[in-house]
Amino acid sequence: MTSSAFRRHLAVTTALAAFALAPSMAPAQTPNTGGSIHVVVQPEPPMLMQGLNQNGPTNMVAGNIYESLLRYDEKLNPKPSLAKSWEISPDSKVYTFKLQDGVTWHDGKPFTADDVVFSLDKFLREVHPRWRPIANSQVEKIEKIDDLTVKITLKQPFGPLILSQEVGGAPMIPKHIYDGTDYRANPANNTPIGTGPFKFKEWKKGSYIHLVKNENYWQKGKPNLDEIYWEIIPDAAARAVAYETGKIDVLTGGSVDVYDVARLSKLPNSCVTTKGWEMFAPHAWLTPNIAKGGPLANKQFRQGMMFAIDREFGKDVVWGGLGKLPTGPISSKTKFYSADVPKYSYDVAKAKELIKASGYKGEPIKLLALPYGEVWSRWAEAIKQNLTDAGVNVSIETTDVPGWTQKASNGDFDMTFNYLYQLGDPATGVARNYISTNIVKGNPFGNQGAYVNPEVDKLFADAATAPSDSARQELYTKVQKILADDVPVLWQLEMDFPTIYRCNVKNLVNSAIGVNDGFRDAWKE
Amino acid sequence: MNLLHFLSGRLVKGVLVLFAIAVLNFFLIRAAPGDPAQVLAGEAGAADAQLLEQLRQRFGLNEPITTQLWIYIKGYMTFDLGFSYRQQQPVLSLVLDRLPATLLLTGAAFVVSLALGIVMGALAARRAGRWSDSLITTLSLVFYATPLFWIALMSQIVFSLKLGLVPNVGYETIGANNTGLARALDIGHHLILPALTLGLFFTALYARMMRASMLEVAGADFVKTARAKGLSPGIVSRRHVARNAILPVVTLAGLQAGQLVGGAVLTETVFAWPGIGRLMFDALVQRDYSVLLGVFFMSSAMVVGFNILTDLVYRIADPRIEAGA
Repeated sequence: MTSSAFRRHLAVTTALAAFALAPSMAPAQTPNTGGSIHVVVQPEPPMLMQGLNQNGPTNMVAGNIYESLLRYDEKLNPKPSLAKSWEISPDSKVYTFKLQDGVTWHDGKPFTADDVVFSLDKFLREVHPRWRPIANSQVEKIEKIDDLTVKITLKQPFGPLILSQEVGGAPMIPKHIYDGTDYRANPANNTPIGTGPFKFKEWKKGSYIHLVKNENYWQKGKPNLDEIYWEIIPDAAARAVAYETGKIDVLTGGSVDVYDVARLSKLPNSCVTTKGWEMFAPHAWLTPNIAKGGPLANKQFRQGMMFAIDREFGKDVVWGGLGKLPTGPISSKTKFYSADVPKYSYDVAKAKELIKASGYKGEPIKLLALPYGEVWSRWAEAIKQNLTDAGVNVSIETTDVPGWTQKASNGDFDMTFNYLYQLGDPATGVARNYISTNIVKGNPFGNQGAYVNPEVDKLFADAATAPSDSARQELYTKVQKILADDVPVLWQLEMDFPTIYRCNVKNLVNSAIGVNDGFRDAWKE
Repeated sequence: MNLLHFLSGRLVKGVLVLFAIAVLNFFLIRAAPGDPAQVLAGEAGAADAQLLEQLRQRFGLNEPITTQLWIYIKGYMTFDLGFSYRQQQPVLSLVLDRLPATLLLTGAAFVVSLALGIVMGALAARRAGRWSDSLITTLSLVFYATPLFWIALMSQIVFSLKLGLVPNVGYETIGANNTGLARALDIGHHLILPALTLGLFFTALYARMMRASMLEVAGADFVKTARAKGLSPGIVSRRHVARNAILPVVTLAGLQAGQLVGGAVLTETVFAWPGIGRLMFDALVQRDYSVLLGVFFMSSAMVVGFNILTDLVYRIADPRIEAGA
């Protein structure tokens, strides 16, 4: 199947899925109740306690067990979850959340404002790497007004706050189980207790995780399904065969090789959707290590490399047509995206010219590949070829996942692949890769290339706390322009991780975090 | 040399070897880049210095390396294999959890390959040069040379997907809640593909070894004598040739048996078999030191144990051998 045919196919199936999801258009299809669903989770999560661990697989499974105050639709608009409604004060500094009535934890204890305050103010502030910086630098206080009302007061306006209450970013944790304990050593971590539509039943390590319907779920009539089995099948080709034989109902995003996506989605009763990743908007790029000096520290050289790389080929051939070419640091799915930036097409002549003008003398550059499977290796090879064609002396460096993590964390590379979630808002998911205060060792998610530009620092800082969306947009438009010209990293792809599923599974993906929001509304025909 | 003396000597040596292996393992895995805290944080897509610090402390990585070594050795002296903070479980329980699946797979593959290999090898030797010999020799060469993962995937596509005879992955039907005999049958059904795939390679090895060894012994003087005194070819083949020819096969079987607990990483991965091989491989990728060291230790203990056992079996197969000599 050619890539354009595949795209057409994708467009058709996603359009159909959208049709099925739109409540006004669907001819009153009453969901069936009962049944079980078998879903692939890859790799096996280390634990299911979502407050303590936010690995991809953990979030996928635990999103059924835990809930947060809000959910988000695919346009990133907040929707009620454990918060029934919310109000933002006119000065954008006070957020008041009204909680749902009659919510209980899986052990029967009531869920109240005390749990919310404990989760946001104590538990997550101590252990959660995404909530901690918000809580510590933006939040003035979090207080209980009454059993069903919580007030968050900010030090200054902070627009991204409303997007921070996704279940992976701020899951509600039961106070009566964790308060006063050593969180990471709490034996309850092995038997997670949440408020979600499904309860933890059993985890056969190496085989499956079994969740069962929460009979006392606060939203009456939900969930529709009785059971979820998350199956652990370590080999991608075997996962594909398991789906083909009907053993598996859902292949979650990224669980089969890209070249299998087209084939599997053509099978009878097989649907595919790229929705449900809007909040994450995974953005892939190459990070040149500017701190090392030499050609990589030269803007012209980096621009030259941008022109040298056939990004279209990477998307269409290496990634089987999945995804979209990025224009700059902010994904087109993320808020405050602007297309008004300098663009880079595939132009070898221009690349050579810029590289020559930069004074490059053939210094060797090692490209550190991401050890996440075949497709990443092929991508590294394609880009190596492109850069070689433009006269850059490149070689590929390979390692395993811990090796990559260590090298990327410690700046021990010339140029490395990386991809990161944008988390809906540039303040939380984008600024971290470009601001000079985040040139840190120890993790690979900061400004690993050590790009320094005081103007960019200031624009990002101002934009995070600007009082209105229009004021923020203006600042982000400006910063995108500067960054696209400076090329601190070489943006390659807005990635798509399609979910492949049996078409008789309905209403599977209906939020900006897709299956990570759990199978509350899903049902089987 | 009596048996008791032999055994105690070998056991003391075995313990020393195990100790040396344990210390070596400890340093070996720390030589690999990255550590469990960094990996765990690295998978999360967000991390800060405080998180890493919390994790390192939890994993005991803040202690000086000598202290870490001492804690590890001290634990092993008291049969405590440590705790996996990543999985929030004691290593011993993680290993024991996976043991039945692994023993079932490797054990089944062991029995099948040994029985099939000896019979095929003996048959081929008796018909040396005929078409059945060529068939057996060619087949074992093919199975010996073909990569395991390729056979595994192809067998899934043919027998699970195209023919629908057997499930392609897993240990049992998930969600079926079988008990008793029904469960045993279900597990057996799931076992067929992985056990055969894993067994094929060893079948080939045993068959080739048995054939070569039989042919060599068949030319020996005592075989001629046996034939000369009028014994039937069947008896000569069984009692004189096969029994003498089996020693190299026993050696090889001893080696394979030593790996019973180590599991079979490839087979377990491709067939999603929840065994120790996968536990070890995952632990390696995650730098989950305590689990890795635990599995290494159990496997090396098995190898040492089976080496001693193999020597004992030599004595039974051929009483002339002075064990320990």
